Amino acid sequence: MKPVLLWSDALFFLLIAVAVGGAWWGRRQAHLRAGWAQVWTSRRARISAVVLGIFFVIGCVDSLHYRPLLPQEEGKPPAHSVEVLSALDALLMPLKANTEKTYSAPLANELFAKETLDDGSRGFPALKYPGAHVFGTDKVGQDVFYLTLKSIRTGLLIGTLTTLIMLPAAVLLGIVAGYLGGWVDDLIQYLYTTLNSIPGVLLIAASVLMMQVIIDTHPDWFATAAERADARLLALCAILGVTSWTGLCRLLRGETLKLREMEYVQAARAFGVSRLAIMLRHVLPNVMHIVLIAVVMDFSGLVLAEAVLSYVGVGVDPNTISFGTMINAARLELAREPMVWWSLAAAFVFMFAMVLAANLLADAVRDAFDPRAAK
Amino acid sequence: MSLLGVRDLSVAIGALMPVDGVSFEIAPGETFALLGESGCGKSLTALSLMRLLPPAAHIARGEVNFDGRDLFSIPESGMRELRGGGMAMIFQEPATSLNPVMTIGDQIGEVLRLHGGRPGRVSELLEAVGIPDPERRATEYPFQLSGGMKQRAMIAMALAGEPKLLIADEPTTALDVTIQAQVLDLLKDLQRQMGMAMLLITHDLGVVARMADRVGVMHGGRLVEVAEAKAFFRGPSHPYSQRLFAALPENLAKPASQPQDQTLLEVDNLAVHFPIRRGFLQRTVGCIKAVDGVALKVSRGGTLAVVGESGCGKTTAGKAVLHLLPPTAGTVQFAGQAVTTLAPRQMQMVFQDPFGSLNPRLRIGQIIAEGMRAQGVAGEVGALLEQVGLEASMVARYPHEFSGGQRQRIAIARALAVNPQLLVCDEPTSALDVSVQAQILRLLRDLQDSRGLAYLFITHNIAVVDYLAHNVAVMYLGRIVEQGTVDDVLRNARHPYTQALMAAVPRIDGIVGQRLLVPGDPPSPANPPAGCHFQPRCPHALAVCRETYPEATALSGSHAVRCHLFAA
Amino acid sequence: MLAYIVRRLLYAVPILIGVNLITFALFFVVNTPDDMARMQLGVKRVTPEAIEKWKVERGYDQPLFWNGGAAGLGKATETIFYRKSVRMFVFDFGRADDGRDIAREITMRMGPSLAVALPVFLLGLFATISFALLLVYFRASYLDAAGVVACVAMMSISGLFYIIGGQWLVSKIWHLVPISGYAEGLTAGKFLVLPVLIGVIGGIGSGTRWYRTIFLEEIGKDYVRTARAKGLSERLVLFRHVLRNALIPILTGVVVVIPTLFMGSLLIESFFGIPGLGSYTIDAINAQDFAVVRSMVFIGSCLYIVGLLLTDISYTLVDPRIRFQ
Repeated sequence: MKPVLLWSDALFFLLIAVAVGGAWWGRRQAHLRAGWAQVWTSRRARISAVVLGIFFVIGCVDSLHYRPLLPQEEGKPPAHSVEVLSALDALLMPLKANTEKTYSAPLANELFAKETLDDGSRGFPALKYPGAHVFGTDKVGQDVFYLTLKSIRTGLLIGTLTTLIMLPAAVLLGIVAGYLGGWVDDLIQYLYTTLNSIPGVLLIAASVLMMQVIIDTHPDWFATAAERADARLLALCAILGVTSWTGLCRLLRGETLKLREMEYVQAARAFGVSRLAIMLRHVLPNVMHIVLIAVVMDFSGLVLAEAVLSYVGVGVDPNTISFGTMINAARLELAREPMVWWSLAAAFVFMFAMVLAANLLADAVRDAFDPRAAK
Repeated sequence: MSLLGVRDLSVAIGALMPVDGVSFEIAPGETFALLGESGCGKSLTALSLMRLLPPAAHIARGEVNFDGRDLFSIPESGMRELRGGGMAMIFQEPATSLNPVMTIGDQIGEVLRLHGGRPGRVSELLEAVGIPDPERRATEYPFQLSGGMKQRAMIAMALAGEPKLLIADEPTTALDVTIQAQVLDLLKDLQRQMGMAMLLITHDLGVVARMADRVGVMHGGRLVEVAEAKAFFRGPSHPYSQRLFAALPENLAKPASQPQDQTLLEVDNLAVHFPIRRGFLQRTVGCIKAVDGVALKVSRGGTLAVVGESGCGKTTAGKAVLHLLPPTAGTVQFAGQAVTTLAPRQMQMVFQDPFGSLNPRLRIGQIIAEGMRAQGVAGEVGALLEQVGLEASMVARYPHEFSGGQRQRIAIARALAVNPQLLVCDEPTSALDVSVQAQILRLLRDLQDSRGLAYLFITHNIAVVDYLAHNVAVMYLGRIVEQGTVDDVLRNARHPYTQALMAAVPRIDGIVGQRLLVPGDPPSPANPPAGCHFQPRCPHALAVCRETYPEATALSGSHAVRCHLFAA
Repeated sequence: MLAYIVRRLLYAVPILIGVNLITFALFFVVNTPDDMARMQLGVKRVTPEAIEKWKVERGYDQPLFWNGGAAGLGKATETIFYRKSVRMFVFDFGRADDGRDIAREITMRMGPSLAVALPVFLLGLFATISFALLLVYFRASYLDAAGVVACVAMMSISGLFYIIGGQWLVSKIWHLVPISGYAEGLTAGKFLVLPVLIGVIGGIGSGTRWYRTIFLEEIGKDYVRTARAKGLSERLVLFRHVLRNALIPILTGVVVVIPTLFMGSLLIESFFGIPGLGSYTIDAINAQDFAVVRSMVFIGSCLYIVGLLLTDISYTLVDPRIRFQ
């Protein structure tokens, strides 16, 4: 077995480390502690957090990648499979490995379509693993439950890494524009107004198309298909980040403009405190609640966006398992007679659970940290 | 038979009882003042009479009789007829209490329609509250009216339903003194004409003295004293009322510290102009002369008070002295050295808003140490806190754990941390209750004595000036119109504006005396009147006043005035 | 007022130039035309001749910025930058891969797009504002709380599910309307009912919640207390005072999207087979027709900028504070 650290794994774990570190640091900050304490008073928020927590654990387990050792042949050095698996695959090996021939309904004992059986009559062939597929199987006989679990990581990555990528730029530019003003402000405002005026989906579509060209014309950059799919996923996050930082940047600029006139900032200026120190000590901590709210609010939108983009054809790599690719594959199944509904239903249930939990938690966070929501 | 009878009224917010067993009566045509400091429950009392409490609050118990009806048993639809009809209310902030996107006429007309008045009465009402050119004003939006005019429009709106009781919640607190005097007089006149009763809610003893027939003092949700106004001002009986009187700046014992002769700060010809940009190229078409040629001198260990109404440029001048705002022209000399970029650490500032002047994300210790670190000054935070009357153990706390007065002490400690010789104090007590204000004033005075501090004290509160200042400069529309010692300016004012300002301050001895009421509003600094800026409002204006701005005339060695009446 | 609009118009010019430069960089600098040709023709077995032919067909065989080989003005105009980017300012978009004129295609497809997007916009606005007012009227009650939860739940469902579910239920089970398709004229109605309905329902959750927040913020203001103190009923307070003031923040979000309605909706159009700009874009993306995608990016930005202008103008109509300055 040979461990593989994909870029997205590294960033995902970095993100979790940052979150844990932030939480540890925040424990000692009275206002943060009070805010979170208020979040936890809501039962809705606690349940949502637990649900999201389970999703995150699944995502983490699914981010420990490795290449399994191939059965060693006599006289040859040990070789590793080109297929990259994750710890989740190892845990779910029976689900992953127990494939059927084609569609089968949830918990069914036989295939979904009639075939000519061994004895020459037409009928439903028996499944190899009857009753084992809680959500049935898809066209190529893969377990739908397994696919859904694998989709979780993709959704989480898109929802979190995008924010991680765009956050530094949005915070830096927003505060600098608001505090320094003048031509710096003009330039940054021009930059985000221009980016903002390109319709989001189209900018993403154009960027993804271009990125596809790069990836396709440089097949030599990637050792495995997993690495290529990973690069595409990260690039998608980056592109989503570029198109979504403008909103937060504008918010932060506006807030900084207000803070700049606050008397404590003026007092610091009267002491001759440098502009950088003022931005770091006085402005940044006082806009952090906006950043926190933006991060939790954006998450659900990004998960939803992934599905749409993948459907449009500018989302994740078609080989990456995600809610979007599942829905995309499932929509033709609805037209079948009788209908194959379970892949869609499974994707719907899991995606709905994830987005709803994120939205409810985001609401609680906003109520707790937004001074305007305090009533 | 009383018009309004309140018995055992209590209002609850959660487990708290901010109004707790209040009982009083108001007779028809009478003015009853409800006096108290912030948070005493006086506004909630008023709102519960209208049954307009905020959603979090509810009436816990009690009974209110209005005009023979039990208010709390009337259904909501019946209550609507009473609101605006039987009793009307005006609020503290005229700027936010009017609907910004509806014309004044429409907003008044709404009341007339609801309570059966003639629609044509809009301009009559506007005229009755002293708004000139009522037909035109009725078609205007609130933002086109000055603060005083807005409050007059609010009053017109309240009168439109011909109420028997007018509830006025701090009706003049947001207004300047000269405007406050106009509005109080207006209220009194209207009340007499219409025979209305009035429930006046205020924190200002001076306003009570001028307006009230009877007084109720509220403290901690309870009504601690109810008395006839005359008897109350002769000698309040409750200890809390007595403390309120004792805390008035004019009643504070005035220590006799004297400044040194040496000049510490000298400001000459200071100007701050803000450009007005118009048109699609954003060309500068003019400027707002917020500060327009101001000269000031502060001696070591002395206090110069800069007095003026809102918009006169006093705060801008203070910030420009410290170079927190870049001056357009003029020189600032501190201890003989020209100040050109950022002011030296020996000059520091104390701000008005105790809630906005401390970074909520930093601990007290970090806040106070910031200046020391930036300036490389050694010192001990704990000792500083003790100097301003706090405890050294408070360093690890956050600002939100402190009251307004304590925060202002922290802000003073922060300024003191770098051992300044001069503090620019921008209305440091105007956001505080009178009892807390007295403590801060004493602290400032003590610090002056012990450290030899000089103050440039910016304020609109004449009583505070008398307690703290050695010299006074009066500002009007960006310029100093009169300057001299406290006695020169406060007791021997010569400029008509200064005289009007002094006369407009409500006094607790209730002496209204021969009042000089200045009409109208201060003009906009973007478009000052020709000649003397005060001439359109001046009762003594001469022909020359409309042509040239007067030069300074020295009346004595210390006293100077810029007025043509005294020109040699 | 006029000066204000002129200034806003002038401000739009550098933005449009910026958009143009970004699209140019994205489509011609990030990847060279050779790269694009190679990918479209298949990376492995591609001859230089095939690449050259592909480039000539699309007019990508010229230099990027400066054509030293051309004469006179042609040095600047016989380039990809001029032909493909600068010409977009006069709405000359060239031809799509199938040889059709893109500008013509766009004008033809705007109608069907608008036929779906406009009713969705108007009905959606009406529905969301009504629901939000309803929730605010019953604020802090169980109805309000349940309404908010319902909104959040509706927001948490991907738009794809609304479409798939709607098509399945209304067309397949109930057989009320055709599952997809489009016709000109009045017969379009039966094709439009379902997509419009789905578009409206899909937007109700987030819209209602957003407007509710705006109304609640407005209702906490002092002038509302004044209105109540006059004796106005809660209904009049909401409609005459709160609604008019809330229109100002609502306008910011709403007016800006009006011009972009021409662009149609990507998902709805492609699911329902409506020949609008949305499905045109999707088809172009799937066929990797770069010329069409580039044109749509530019057109979309132009419409958005027009939307910003309209927002500025609508402010002056609603907010007297701006009108009189």
